[in-house]
Amino acid sequence: MSLPFSSIDELQAALAQERYIAERSLATAIYLALKLEKPLFLEGEAGVGKTEVAKVIAAMLACPLIRLQCYEGLDVNTAVYEWNYARQMLHIRLLEAAGEVHPETSIKDIFAPEFLLKRPLLQAVQQEEGRPVLLIDELDRADEEFEAFLLEILSDFQITIPEIGTVQAATPPIVVITSNRTREIHDALKRRCLYHWIDYPSFEKEYDIVLARAPQAPHTLAREVVRFVQALRREDLYKAPGIAETLDWIQALIALDREHLSPDVIDDTLGVLLKYHDDISYVRGGRVSHLLATV
Amino acid sequence: MPQQHHLLANLIRFGRLLRAAGVPVTPQQIGNAAAALAYIDLARREDVAAVLRATLITRREHLALFEHAFHLFWQRPEEKPAGSLPGDRGEQRRRQGESRRLAGGRSGDARLEGESSRPETILTYSAVEVLRHKPFARLSESELEQIRALILAMSWDLARRRTRRTMRAAHGPYFDWRRTWRLNLRYGGEMLRLSRRRRKLKRRPLVVLCDLSGSMERYSRILLQFVYVLTNGLEDAEAFVFGTRLTRVTPFLRRRPLSTALEEVSARARDIGGGTQIGQALKTFNKEWARRTLGRGAVVLLISDGWDRGEPALVRKEMQRLQLSCYRLIWLNPLLGSPTYEPLTRGMQAALPYIDDFLPIHNLHSLEQLGRLLGLLPAAPSRLEP
Repeated sequence: MSLPFSSIDELQAALAQERYIAERSLATAIYLALKLEKPLFLEGEAGVGKTEVAKVIAAMLACPLIRLQCYEGLDVNTAVYEWNYARQMLHIRLLEAAGEVHPETSIKDIFAPEFLLKRPLLQAVQQEEGRPVLLIDELDRADEEFEAFLLEILSDFQITIPEIGTVQAATPPIVVITSNRTREIHDALKRRCLYHWIDYPSFEKEYDIVLARAPQAPHTLAREVVRFVQALRREDLYKAPGIAETLDWIQALIALDREHLSPDVIDDTLGVLLKYHDDISYVRGGRVSHLLATV
Repeated sequence: MPQQHHLLANLIRFGRLLRAAGVPVTPQQIGNAAAALAYIDLARREDVAAVLRATLITRREHLALFEHAFHLFWQRPEEKPAGSLPGDRGEQRRRQGESRRLAGGRSGDARLEGESSRPETILTYSAVEVLRHKPFARLSESELEQIRALILAMSWDLARRRTRRTMRAAHGPYFDWRRTWRLNLRYGGEMLRLSRRRRKLKRRPLVVLCDLSGSMERYSRILLQFVYVLTNGLEDAEAFVFGTRLTRVTPFLRRRPLSTALEEVSARARDIGGGTQIGQALKTFNKEWARRTLGRGAVVLLISDGWDRGEPALVRKEMQRLQLSCYRLIWLNPLLGSPTYEPLTRGMQAALPYIDDFLPIHNLHSLEQLGRLLGLLPAAPSRLEP
């Protein structure tokens, strides 16, 4: 397909245009996924911007985004398609009233496309207005049964509906799969994808991200915030704050009209950054002052 | 007719032995067997076997079990085969595994165990029985060899949990719209037949954390073997060993011969045989692995004697977190087998409040008990109060 950029640098710039600051390795993975038309498999800690990648690609290429949020027990009815039973039943009653029920023809009537409820995967395969971005979010939450099913879809982008026939994607969608790694995804699936682990960003990248996403933030505050968060990530914590937490925190500090960090305000807003009680009680007080002094 | 009475009594006993080994034998079948035996020459052993096989066994997978049970049961008392197992090693393993199952495996009820006191009928049975209750630490080299073979042949199962995926079922709380609709179209869309679904069951994941520090040295070989069998027998099992630090050993135990596996583990976990830092090891586990391995209602087995050189406060904190993040936390202590043992070490004291099941692991019998617990996992945890 024709892409509005012809190099990794151009892609990186295009991503930045959409206020997504990507490390070069991530930009490379995205570039290759688009060029090779392979699904992109993104893993990383919570809050490092995995889901955002799909949204930004969709915005960048101006194509529709179709999102499938995974959970245990996700099945064909919610992921692919479902018949609209209520409408089907109404329809059959209408036929009945008109005295037109014939066993053979009515089955055909009832299982017609207009009674089909399209769920994300079918939408992605049947998309008419351009190539969509299909985001399969938090695949680790789904079970192996769904993974196996997904494997089938990803290999040829066709879905068979027994009553109607086989639906084949005219152009395969751009697929982005994310996982928080609460379990290992099977190799068979990963092998079909380009894999990229999104790490916490460097200071420079994170600073750029904060400025891009919270342009109203004073630069000095942004710098202090990023330094503090970077130092916090080196601490012995159960869950280090992600970029999402950094952005939440700076918004919180702006809302509190702060222009500089101080131990008090950090203590009061620590719940924005850290989500484990153990982590908060470990850092609160002395540790905060110490970290603040070092940054 | 004392002779016939004796035969029937033995038949019934044999039926119970088979049942205990997991072969469902009905009283009706025993009756058939007794009737059939009247038509043959009881002195011809193979004919007796054929009759019993034909009348008592209905599934192919039970045949091997039957052969072994028959061999154990219908022999003259002087043919004591305690160690006289066939030469081939694979065969030997299989047979010993069967004798374990025969020796009360899954449904080993108390009545059956009572029968071990009748050496005139089940000699080998009582020989295995003695071995089962002998502490690992006091086994001779040859006994150890037998126990190892028995452990290798054990089959493990874990209790199921209800997943959120549903499956078609005759009865169930959920309604299968798609299928109901299809079923009833032939009646012109009148809902005459309902199709139902229920939750699918799936085996719980298992995580084993095994202490291999100096104080555990006496047990380390046999425990590693036990961990090896668990990891290979259960698809969803993860194994870790620790002394002063934690090492994940799952990939080194899977799909390779035992000897290679043991070598690889000791090459990787350089800290084994040294000091113990339970708290530190648990902390590493909680941070690095808990989220990845403890989803979906996992059961955790922590094997340790509780001797800890680290801070008790750390053990307390990490145990608390571990218990919160798994479905069931089972602590297996090899010292608990001794009647005089009291969990007084500081590490053990710190851990106790956060343990769901506190069980011994000092002989084969305790492993079998564990097997039963894992297979059933009753609602209430079992604690051996000190």
